[in-house]
Amino acid sequence: MNLTLKIWRQKGANDKGKMVDYSISDVSPDMSFLEMLDVLNSELITKGEEPVAFDHDCREGICGSCSLYINGEAHGPDRGVTTCQLHMRMFKDGDVITIEPFRAKAFPVIKDLIVDRSAFDRIQHAGGFISVNTSGLTVDANAIPVNKHDADESFMAATCIGCGACVASCKNASAMLFVGAKVSQFALLPQGQVEATDRVLNMVKQMDEEGFGNCTNTGACEVECPKGISLENIARMNREYLAASLKG
Amino acid sequence: MALDAKIPKGPLADKWTNHKNTIDLVNPANKRNIDIIVVGTGLAGGSAAATLAELGYNVKAFCFQDSPRRAHSIAAQGGINAAKNYQGDGDSTYRLFYDTVKGGDYRSREANVYRLAEVSANIIDQCVAQGVPFAREYGGLLDNRSFGGVLVSRTFYAAGQTGQQLLLGAYSAMNRQIGRGKITMYNRHEMLDVVKVDGKARGIIARDLVSGEIERHSAHAVVLGTGGYGNVFYLSTNAMGSNVTAAWKAHKRGAYFANPCYTQIHPTCIPVSGEHQSKLTLMSESLRNDGRIWVPKKKEDAEAIRAGKLKPTALAEQDRDYYLERRYPAFGNLVPRDVASRAAKERCDAGFGVNKTGEAVYLDFAAAFMRYGKEQAHVKGLDENDDALVKKLGQEIVKTKYGNLFQMYEKIVNQNPYETPMMIYPAVHYTMGGIWVDYNLQTTVPGLYAIGEANFSDHGANRLGASALMQGLADGYFVLPYTIGDYLSHDIRTGKIPTDTKEFEEAEKTVVDNINHLINNKGTHPVDYFHRRLGKIMWNKCGMARNAEDLKSAIHEISDLRAEFWKDVMVPGSADEFNEELAKAGRVADFLELGELFAKDALQREESAGGHFRDEYQTPEGEAMRRKEFQYVSAWEYKGEPKDAVLHKEELSYENIEVKERSYK
Ligand SMILES: Cc1cc2nc3c(=O)[nH]c(=O)nc-3n(C[C@H](O)[C@H](O)[C@H](O)COP(=O)(O)OP(=O)(O)OC[C@H]3O[C@@H](n4cnc5c(N)ncnc54)[C@H](O)[C@@H]3O)c2cc1C
Ligand code: SF4
Ligand code: FES
Repeated sequence: MNLTLKIWRQKGANDKGKMVDYSISDVSPDMSFLEMLDVLNSELITKGEEPVAFDHDCREGICGSCSLYINGEAHGPDRGVTTCQLHMRMFKDGDVITIEPFRAKAFPVIKDLIVDRSAFDRIQHAGGFISVNTSGLTVDANAIPVNKHDADESFMAATCIGCGACVASCKNASAMLFVGAKVSQFALLPQGQVEATDRVLNMVKQMDEEGFGNCTNTGACEVECPKGISLENIARMNREYLAASLKG
Repeated sequence: MALDAKIPKGPLADKWTNHKNTIDLVNPANKRNIDIIVVGTGLAGGSAAATLAELGYNVKAFCFQDSPRRAHSIAAQGGINAAKNYQGDGDSTYRLFYDTVKGGDYRSREANVYRLAEVSANIIDQCVAQGVPFAREYGGLLDNRSFGGVLVSRTFYAAGQTGQQLLLGAYSAMNRQIGRGKITMYNRHEMLDVVKVDGKARGIIARDLVSGEIERHSAHAVVLGTGGYGNVFYLSTNAMGSNVTAAWKAHKRGAYFANPCYTQIHPTCIPVSGEHQSKLTLMSESLRNDGRIWVPKKKEDAEAIRAGKLKPTALAEQDRDYYLERRYPAFGNLVPRDVASRAAKERCDAGFGVNKTGEAVYLDFAAAFMRYGKEQAHVKGLDENDDALVKKLGQEIVKTKYGNLFQMYEKIVNQNPYETPMMIYPAVHYTMGGIWVDYNLQTTVPGLYAIGEANFSDHGANRLGASALMQGLADGYFVLPYTIGDYLSHDIRTGKIPTDTKEFEEAEKTVVDNINHLINNKGTHPVDYFHRRLGKIMWNKCGMARNAEDLKSAIHEISDLRAEFWKDVMVPGSADEFNEELAKAGRVADFLELGELFAKDALQREESAGGHFRDEYQTPEGEAMRRKEFQYVSAWEYKGEPKDAVLHKEELSYENIEVKERSYK
């Protein structure tokens, strides 16, 4: 395949960025999207130009590093996948592909397509844990039985990879799906009950301080989430928050 | 220097307890005055950082990703072992110890492995208390599954995302300490050297990957939890950023590097599809619990399949060769990884491979769909003879167990594994070699520790499934936090370590010179060009099967390639900005040195053991042939060029286990 790529280039956080056109040929449908960018980069380097910076690591859809806003969609046109799992067979010869960073006030650009998602970390420093010492001298694991349905639901929420696609695809740049998933994981487990009140209040407070927008229930986040995290988690967080506020 | 493993005296089962009772402790009030650097925040580094901070030390933690949560441990799929005997199938500390030593082909250290088995049960308790959502049975208790090389069901799991959940557990423990100000986290920082003062590790030189700034950080001790070096092969199941730099720089500063040639080749990975490929994807070995591995019995059939003229599903049962079940009736599809990998390669080399390049075998779930489906139909009171219904019910069960893996496969290969068997082939996965450590996990440099995949101690020549996660967490949560206290108890009056000394200056200069050289080189080829070439040499000559002649030529080729790299590499951009090519160049430069030592180590080891197979040393049936005279750890001392490295041997004695021919028949 031969393709035209329109890529956002921005030297650093304080520079003004712009879209730049590149053409690339001989793209195989078996390549992943990131492998296609590797090819582009090695061509650029060989020509003495600067390669395009983008985040990636595991390249199998689990670390949450890769981002990219491709043709107006977070992680591109395929459903239920991250950018590293997106394959070029989703595109056609002659396509023009627009590639931009995830845009949100709380995710400032570091360079080109890389954004700073450390706001997510700070939300978790505020309460994304169960306060238990790591000595291993706790009760036997089977002494805390967990209903299988709850365990599965909790696990589903916990599979969020922290990629930020929910924020990027939300018109308000809200982080509710991410925070909802984090709160839900603990809210569904007996171990998480003790601190439930403080946890949700602190995490939501930090989320607001980070400059994420509000949720207006458009649901774009759920559609673009590569891990299928459902809106149910936002509802659960809201219930937790309400209960906590009444108590609090 | 004579290698002293510092294994405590006394009976095996009491060693760890006795050791903990007698080593020196640091008074809680004094811990506040002690700084520890932890490089790496995967399962090993993350759990260590959290625990050390909780004990009261000041921890500075480093990782090159933008968040600890993205460390490569996140990718581990299958599960984590623990001798809980929840299934009542006869498991015990001793049995886990025994399986692990045998699985490692009697090339691991007895005392370390016993301790690992001993603390394994605590890991599960700890993780559950932290809210790790392990798989549960309907009664609310924890579920288990089984992995290659064992006959009990002792693996705890969270669907096919166990590493993710365990890492998020360790990360949440870290978050709590970061929130309390006890851990200072340095994301997007790469450690580029260890600083020694008076022979002791007292700090590191790190580069801020965003600004390019070179930083000095001091501490009373330095812990490396920097993962494995499988990416020396270019293609592996590791994350793209996984590298050997931290371990290699430590080696250059005096830490011995042990068993560099011990690499695990994992049998169930998605085969290579073309030259563009940047990495390989693992299909968890837990799939072998339910999948049956086969190739066609007749070469004509294999050829027809390769040409696309015959569908695997059309091949009759009697025309299939379930070669693992045939050769190893006791363990069948669940033989250890080295055995399964070699058997797959043997069949493909003999012309029975099933993908275009002839380098793939089938992993077939058809039988599992029917087995589970029948059970479901029975439970639900439906018609057990309705094949279509049974298959569908069975597929649903398989989906709950391995759904994400099936999805991953379909995305990459573009075939539906529920309808046609998966194609798999062995790939480089895990490195059992690493920095040499004693029983306290201290390297040959005082004050420098290595944990998790970065050290060498527990796995021997092979690693059984679900044991790396166990080791990483055991080291980080339960071992290092005790043993490091013994060393630090002598440092309570030392005070802050200044960074404006000649040692820091010298180390910083080495780092800066190296970077400037790379940036100013202005050669003609990008870094990947060299990395790919290195990978080809490694796979062809130091891969699953090796021989003296190939290894000798590999040593020369790697050394030549290294010279070419330094002459001709092209690194664009500058040093004082975000520059991924520069970071990569530094990593590949280190791989080019490690690769040569790897080949040298493989050449020296004239035996086959576990994942290390020397063509010259095999039994008449083609199984690995161990040699008693090689029952030692090879620990290499740095002396400049890899070719000058000096070998030190740590003899391995087995006092509690009878060393037997490893058999899975
Ligand atoms: C696909 C896959 C599946 C697996 N499945 C299983 C399984 O089911 N069960 C099992 O037991 N094992 C499994 N393993 C193996 C296991 O995941 C790893 O061995 C283990 O997670 C390694 O943990 P670690 O903490 O030692 O290193 P890692 O998780 O690799 O962490 C390394 C850390 O070091 C940091 N780092 C490295 N170099 C530097 C530097 N120079 N400067 C700063 N930071 C640095 C990184 O940022 C990272 O934080 C699997 C491995 C893979 C690849
Ligand atoms: S909720 Fe989904 S989209 Fe948002 S960070 Fe988590 S995985 Fe990514
Ligand atoms: S690179 Fe890890 S999720 Fe894409």
